[in-house]
Amino acid sequence: MASALIEKYMRTDKFPHMWCPGCGHGIIMRSIVDAIDRLGWEKDNVCVVSGIGCSSRAPGYMDFNTLHTTHGRALAFATGIKLANPDLHVVVVSGDGDSSAIGGNHLIHAARRNIDITTIVFNNNIYGMTGGQYSPTTPTNYFGSTAPYGNIDRCFDIAELAGAAGATYTARSTIYHVPQMTNYIEKALRKKGFSLVEAISICPTSFGRRNKLGDAVDMIKWIRDSAVPVSKASTMSSDEMVGKFTIGELKNTEAPEYTQQYDRLIERLREEDDA
Amino acid sequence: MKSNFKLMQGNEACVEGALYAGMRFYSGYPITPSTELMEISAVKLPLLGGKFLQMEDEIAGIAAAIGASLTGFKAMTGTSGPGFSLKQENIGYAAITEVPLVIVNIQRGGPSTGLPTSPAQGDVMQAKWGTHGDHPVIALCPSSVREMFELTVRAFNLAEKYRTPVILLADEIVGHMREKIVVPEAGELEVINRNEPAPRQSNYLPYSVADGAYVPEIASFGTGYRFHVTGLMHDETGFPSNSSENAEKLLDRLMNKIKMNEDDILDFEEYMTEDAEIVILGYGGTARSVKSAVKTLRKEGIKAGMFRPKTIWPSPEKRIKELSEQAKAIIVAELNLGQYVLEVERIVKDSCKLGFIGKANGEVLMPDEIAAKAKEVL
Ligand code: SF4
Repeated sequence: MASALIEKYMRTDKFPHMWCPGCGHGIIMRSIVDAIDRLGWEKDNVCVVSGIGCSSRAPGYMDFNTLHTTHGRALAFATGIKLANPDLHVVVVSGDGDSSAIGGNHLIHAARRNIDITTIVFNNNIYGMTGGQYSPTTPTNYFGSTAPYGNIDRCFDIAELAGAAGATYTARSTIYHVPQMTNYIEKALRKKGFSLVEAISICPTSFGRRNKLGDAVDMIKWIRDSAVPVSKASTMSSDEMVGKFTIGELKNTEAPEYTQQYDRLIERLREEDDA
Repeated sequence: MKSNFKLMQGNEACVEGALYAGMRFYSGYPITPSTELMEISAVKLPLLGGKFLQMEDEIAGIAAAIGASLTGFKAMTGTSGPGFSLKQENIGYAAITEVPLVIVNIQRGGPSTGLPTSPAQGDVMQAKWGTHGDHPVIALCPSSVREMFELTVRAFNLAEKYRTPVILLADEIVGHMREKIVVPEAGELEVINRNEPAPRQSNYLPYSVADGAYVPEIASFGTGYRFHVTGLMHDETGFPSNSSENAEKLLDRLMNKIKMNEDDILDFEEYMTEDAEIVILGYGGTARSVKSAVKTLRKEGIKAGMFRPKTIWPSPEKRIKELSEQAKAIIVAELNLGQYVLEVERIVKDSCKLGFIGKANGEVLMPDEIAAKAKEVL
């Protein structure tokens, strides 16, 4: 199955990919094409947009219409693509820093508009490509090259942030929970509106090494042990949740979608003009 | 023939010109004195089935326009000084990815928030050097409302023809001025569309050109060509390549696609320069005072003339050089403390005397000030 997916959706002539051995990003990329395959979308009608960072190299390996933009701006570019051509299925892949630090403003406004774009956040809790600086999702007290004494920032919950801003579908899963992650990505892609799946990934090279979390396998186990299903989390105290995060569907609602609203506006103006 | 006279503001003429050229997408962020570009686009575009988008910030404004252009729409974004600064990174992105786009900058006083509603021409060097790295720049400077219309059409034409971002570098004087213009009839002005590959062409390479050519064909997302666009140095396939050999090849082509086509791109106006002993160079709104100063000087028996670059970048180097060899002096008049004069100085070298008159206090240069400066330099 995996090799058939690779054959069908990957630009294999671009391999080997540039990710480090043990990096979790390839697992998420595979989940994305798996979900697209289940939907049966034509490759010509899919557009994958990214910003800058390790995760943002994924579109280069995926055989769709692909756009690798400037740091943090993937959603702004994607918004132009989607509004100009609503027939395209627009997917944004983004890192935690890319989507919630430099691109935080675009994230909340894309969610507010409820434009039909799916964002997959590859969250590895660090700026990997630039060498391990702390990001808005680096847990407090963890280390980064710019947090040599331990990070004193509090961290963002990206999926909750998007949901609060108006996204109509948000979910979180991990590279340990692959079938669940793929499922959520598929549901996000199906959602007519702004959807976001936060995919918890690992960066053994920068985050793991600096925080003595062991090798890739140790890190995947660490993710497995820190992930708490939302239903279970609701029965746990905040003390019990320290060092843990929730996985599951966080929001699934309906609201008017932006490009449809725009088409309706054009339609209305035409009718008024004819009358 | 029915005449189509209208009283129009410069910013309005810019949007009308854009629509004439086929603009169907505008995204931006409000900023004085460019805001009317958005307000008028917001009214007109949906009526034509086009899309208008007020984005969350200036950076998003240009980013969305680049995205729209990649789907085949003619797209524009507009701004003023501080917003132009914010857009710079993505101007570089559009340059290296070769995405057709028009960026309008209705200049205002700066630096920083500066003088929001006062005229200035302080972004001349920013237009050329604002984004990092080497890249070609086309920037056009309109002097009247009618020219706002015409040069916006031209900006789109050049953007589409050369697959490049084009800057319409206007100023508050022309942006906010109202003048009577004759709106061109459909077909009166040339409208150029991008060169798309033949449908279903196999082996489409988004950045490949035939020998001796400079501008690759551009496909639109969603038309059956699945290609990759990146701001990294890329080869003909569009995929990243960081070999120095490739970087050199790409940059050479990018620079040459403008340099080798300067005859097609360059545009300027001359007034009484045939026998001029003193040439006053002015552009945009300032050129109107320059013309008036030339008339005054001529009445006083001084052989003055005006040279007005409409393409301020690339600069009309050859013609400026010729004028410097003919005239005793060239004076540059601009609403800043000395920007384009540096370019003219580079071109003129020691061929003639060079004078400068500038202002950056929010007031315009008056004809008598310019005339007085001319007499002082002669
Ligand atoms: S630096 Fe980290 S995130 Fe980047 S490729 Fe290496 S392991 Fe993956």
